[in-house]
Amino acid sequence: MPQTEFNIIGRSLRKVDALDKCTGQTLFADDIALPNMLHARLLRSTRPYARIRSIDISAAEAMEGVNAVLLGGALPITFGILPVSQDEHTLAIETVRYVGEPVAAVAAVDEETAEEAARAIRVDYEDFTPVMSIPDGVTDTDNPIHSYAEAGNIHKSVALDFGDTDQALADADLVLDDRFFYQGNTHLPMEQHAAVAHARPDGKLVLWSSTQTPHYVHRALERVLEMPAHRIQVIATPNGGGFGGKSDPFSHEIAVAKLSLMTGRPVKIALTREEVFYCHRGRHPVLMRSRLGLRSDGTITGMQFETILDGGAFGSYGVASTYYTGALQTTTYHIPAYRFRGARVFTNKPPCGPKRGHGTPQPRFGLEVQLDKAAERLGMDPAELRLRNLVKPNSLTANWLRIRTVGLRQCIEKVVEASGWKDKHRKLPFGRGVGLACGCYLTGAGLPIYWNNMPQSGVQLKLDRSGLVTIFCGSTDIGQGSDSILAYIVAEILGIEPDATRVLTADTDLTPVDLGSYSSRVTLMTGNAAIEAAERAREILFESVSAKLEVPSERLVAAGGRIFDSADPKVHVEFARAVQLAEARHGMVGTIGSYKPPASDARFKGGGVGPSPTYSYSAAVIEVEVDPETGIIVLEKVWVTHDIGRSINPMLVIGQVEGSIYMGLGEALMEEQEFRLGVHKTPSMLDYKSPTSMDMCPIETILVGEPDPQGPFGAKEVGQGPLLPVPPAVSNAVYDAVGVRVDEIPVTPERILEGLRRKERGGDPRVGPDNLPEVHYRDGLHVSPPWEGGDGTASERPDYARKGV
Amino acid sequence: MRTSSLIRLSVNGEQHEVAAPMSKTLLEVLREDLALIGTKHGCEVGECGTCAVLLDGQPVLSCLVLPCEIEGSDVTTVEGLAKGGRLDPLQETFADLGAAQCGYCTPGILLVARALLDEDPSPSREAIEEALGGNLCRCTGYLKIFEAIEMAASSSGEEERAHAAD
Amino acid sequence: MLRLPRFEYRRPANVAEAARILAAEGPRAMVVAGGTDLWPKMKRRQMTPTVVVGLRHLHEMRGVRGDAGTGVRIGANTTLRELERDPKLLGGYAAVREAARSISSPPLKTMGTIGGNLCVDTRCFYYDQSYEWRKSIDFCMKKDGEICWVAPASPRCWAVSSTDLAPVMLALDARIHLVSPPGERVLTAVEFYNNDGIEFLHKRPEEILTSVELPAVEGAVTVFKKLRRRGAIDFPLLNVAAWLKPGVDGRTIEDARIAIGGVTSAPFLVAEAGDILRGGKLSDDQIRKAAHAARSKARPLDNTDLDFSWRRAMVEVWVRRALEEARDKLPR
Repeated sequence: MPQTEFNIIGRSLRKVDALDKCTGQTLFADDIALPNMLHARLLRSTRPYARIRSIDISAAEAMEGVNAVLLGGALPITFGILPVSQDEHTLAIETVRYVGEPVAAVAAVDEETAEEAARAIRVDYEDFTPVMSIPDGVTDTDNPIHSYAEAGNIHKSVALDFGDTDQALADADLVLDDRFFYQGNTHLPMEQHAAVAHARPDGKLVLWSSTQTPHYVHRALERVLEMPAHRIQVIATPNGGGFGGKSDPFSHEIAVAKLSLMTGRPVKIALTREEVFYCHRGRHPVLMRSRLGLRSDGTITGMQFETILDGGAFGSYGVASTYYTGALQTTTYHIPAYRFRGARVFTNKPPCGPKRGHGTPQPRFGLEVQLDKAAERLGMDPAELRLRNLVKPNSLTANWLRIRTVGLRQCIEKVVEASGWKDKHRKLPFGRGVGLACGCYLTGAGLPIYWNNMPQSGVQLKLDRSGLVTIFCGSTDIGQGSDSILAYIVAEILGIEPDATRVLTADTDLTPVDLGSYSSRVTLMTGNAAIEAAERAREILFESVSAKLEVPSERLVAAGGRIFDSADPKVHVEFARAVQLAEARHGMVGTIGSYKPPASDARFKGGGVGPSPTYSYSAAVIEVEVDPETGIIVLEKVWVTHDIGRSINPMLVIGQVEGSIYMGLGEALMEEQEFRLGVHKTPSMLDYKSPTSMDMCPIETILVGEPDPQGPFGAKEVGQGPLLPVPPAVSNAVYDAVGVRVDEIPVTPERILEGLRRKERGGDPRVGPDNLPEVHYRDGLHVSPPWEGGDGTASERPDYARKGV
Repeated sequence: MRTSSLIRLSVNGEQHEVAAPMSKTLLEVLREDLALIGTKHGCEVGECGTCAVLLDGQPVLSCLVLPCEIEGSDVTTVEGLAKGGRLDPLQETFADLGAAQCGYCTPGILLVARALLDEDPSPSREAIEEALGGNLCRCTGYLKIFEAIEMAASSSGEEERAHAAD
Repeated sequence: MLRLPRFEYRRPANVAEAARILAAEGPRAMVVAGGTDLWPKMKRRQMTPTVVVGLRHLHEMRGVRGDAGTGVRIGANTTLRELERDPKLLGGYAAVREAARSISSPPLKTMGTIGGNLCVDTRCFYYDQSYEWRKSIDFCMKKDGEICWVAPASPRCWAVSSTDLAPVMLALDARIHLVSPPGERVLTAVEFYNNDGIEFLHKRPEEILTSVELPAVEGAVTVFKKLRRRGAIDFPLLNVAAWLKPGVDGRTIEDARIAIGGVTSAPFLVAEAGDILRGGKLSDDQIRKAAHAARSKARPLDNTDLDFSWRRAMVEVWVRRALEEARDKLPR
């Protein structure tokens, strides 16, 4: 990747907020303290599924220091992140659907009083039988968790056929039929969610919140509070970690806003760690079945893939999550015919939603483990099998996703080389093994959450005569460095250093809309908007400088804090002088830029989930040592390659890769959410197992790729994709080490030992789920793959579109 | 029953008097009474390490320390790391290597790392891993943090050597 | 933020005064030293004292004195950080350092004390939760409720002993010194613990653990091994401490004690294992038999991390590995 043509792009610079973070100066939401501020606490449901008979707030209201008590009836309008599932009340009305669901809110002089008052509220519940598992969720019921569900507790089902997969499997020399399970887990950001609301005397409501999506919170407040949006200001404070867990509008945000409106005073809420587990929106537990057909040379003929998702008690992003468990199965390897069946069930647990990789780590796990099995059956090297099936650059997949640049070949070749794969795979002594897997992820969702024709991202620049460039953008820095990316891009184009910029983001009053920090969209979308705005600014400056220096604009260059004649660099003006010239000529210098992704080729119902301006690719090899006597895994090393297109800041890219690998290892080995007696079993930092510094292993990261025409300076995403190969690579490595197939995440010592015992007894050394419960799918759509003609719309449905997997 | 008291507290070398309930933890007093909000919190029950501060140079979790129990000891918070307008080498290397992503666990980790380097100016990777065992980070996978501590260790060493040569 | 409820903090001038306060205040009072067990439990309302008696400042209860030849006395206020670094605890006392080192994490080791660890509350998924969480399941018999959710038909509580130092004390045959207004009482480590999740210590409420006394260990070998999910922070899922006293030939085992913790409500000695090892030379066969004996005595339940049948199987592996390690430490 030659990067010499740039001054800023490609350099491992400090983040613009790095020193604030290293000196304790960054103001997180709970660090905000306003004069006369009250403190709020929520009372949460202690029942997984129940009718609320009555709520007695008299004792709480009578308590000294209590200023307001809020119940659900005061906020009857529902909300939810997706327009199709506006199913949440700020505080439960009539029914509670999971332990931890907010039921009442209290504002008091201090947090202690608010807590005591919340505890003094008496709720009388009539219990229902809770639904706590996928099999329970697909069973018919006369008491569904939501009346709007498709059938019983089946929230949403999807049936899509791209070509004739029955024929494709019949044509195959080898058909594998596997079941997998991926347990749910959660984001666990170090910062607990917090928000401060201030209903000002002038009728304006301000909300500071630790949110990844201030724009969507803004819309939820407008809807639920029935206030004009222009009277509401949402400011996203720097997030102390997000990972997808702060991308929904939340009850606590709306509740403090309402409490502030009721009391006329600022109100703060800071959730406890346990409450963060109840907010959840994390990884869906998913049961999967995959049938994969291959020819004896390793070519894939077709795939039938089914997923059943345990959605928890509310919609959240669940409809999108469901589609995502199928959509990206086609973006790494060419799959000529593809059938997808997916269903999401409601259960009485905290709602699942988008966690790093949103809906794709689970099917990726199934696909990559299945390929490992296929390679063994075909007597091929797993890397070779993958290389034989790579998707082609600038192509369409069976489900009409537009593939642009593909660095996957490089990813595989380089990870194989760096890890010494060929000398290790199937060659290491018993107990030691290597596993390979790949992944692919979106660089931004092609469509916004709510249907509209407007840009997904906007950037505004203000050029000051001092030489400072202020960058306004709605994006939210959740630690990934999105503020810094804006500074680097604008500085590069205007030829200044990042410290001559000031980045002002995530404020719905002051900054243009950006949809938020999710779907790995921020660098690409805000970056392209910033390029547009900066190039416009440069054009204005060049015009004025050209007149002043009497040098044609085409010959001018902006670099090193100056604008100069490329033919004679001594002929120049300083950047600030250039702004002054432009200001004298045109008045105040300000520009705008915006970005909207290219239109999708997929034109069928459900085709809105999966398209992206471009896709990132990753591959990983993981080496493990497995103790055959205990099943305990020790990680030796991870080698990972990632197709970044071009790095805007390699240090930040590698930071995202390492963080993704870490989170993937946590999921693969120890993080899981279990429920007992209807309650989350481990809602604490002690009992929910997040890997410590003692549990990490070395990671060798290699960045590959060519600049992608869709990305700003050719950049693709990196925040999520590198997580994807990790869980399957761990499972494949365990197989290589001890010959046990763990078709289930997490891969725990007890499961490995169980597999070893089965092997000892001469049984199948596999641990994983058996059958999927039967789901009756509807709305089967048939879409011809591009190579069979058609235009990406659904066509008349052949018989096979009604079948299951 | 007497549940409040006047507490004398030495923080970053400065003396404070705080009238507070005895049940208020050091974490709460630092953040709410002294406005030293650089000290963060992630669980308040000693499970995450986010609220770590130094007590007479050794790391403790401020969520589990009562100010009335530590009179006469000196507390160091992230605000006290920089000396005389000069950042601690750890602050520089954490910024240089991107060891702070969201930055929320960073203050606690910086302090634990400072205590480690004060005890062992050139710690092995294993010693660093062990010292940070109680500080969870969800962003970085710890590796950049290890590297930043190693870099600060070698840069401090160089500085000292340069100093000795003066 | 989780906060402590209001309480009265007492700062006694010495141990005797602390014991008098405890006796006078009765069950509403508790002692605190490092605070790493009490404060979280008070924040979650698992413990609800209204008077807390601070011991942390009592220097008379701090420090390690003596040597391997005559025995060692460790003050209860000695921190885990001090223990893991104390040069007097090498050789035959090495297991004390190892156990201290394995506990939780460095900041907690600066705060936590040996006394606190030996008295650390028993743990259970159904108990180590917030008040609201416990209310969701209608509480359990250890606090505010009637039932044991781990074994609903059981009349007793099955919360798990989670101290890492206790098995070492059992293996070393340590003496526990308890002070109360009438005077001092000394119990063996075995006597100190009780296999009940609620009444897990044979300590009267007004008694204060002031020190532990380790017998001389010259020539003996001790080993400590711990099982937990992560490399730090976690409580033990199982721990094993072994004490082996070789005879004059340096190889024949004259006496042996194997202690197991983290699986039931009290750490326990596996007497059968000692019998198997005594008089032998730690042959593979003896080690295997001793390990098997330990496993048959251990009955972990489904109330802590990882599968309980797997944890039971691990008892055998861990004891065997501990003994193999001990054998390697014996003089050749």
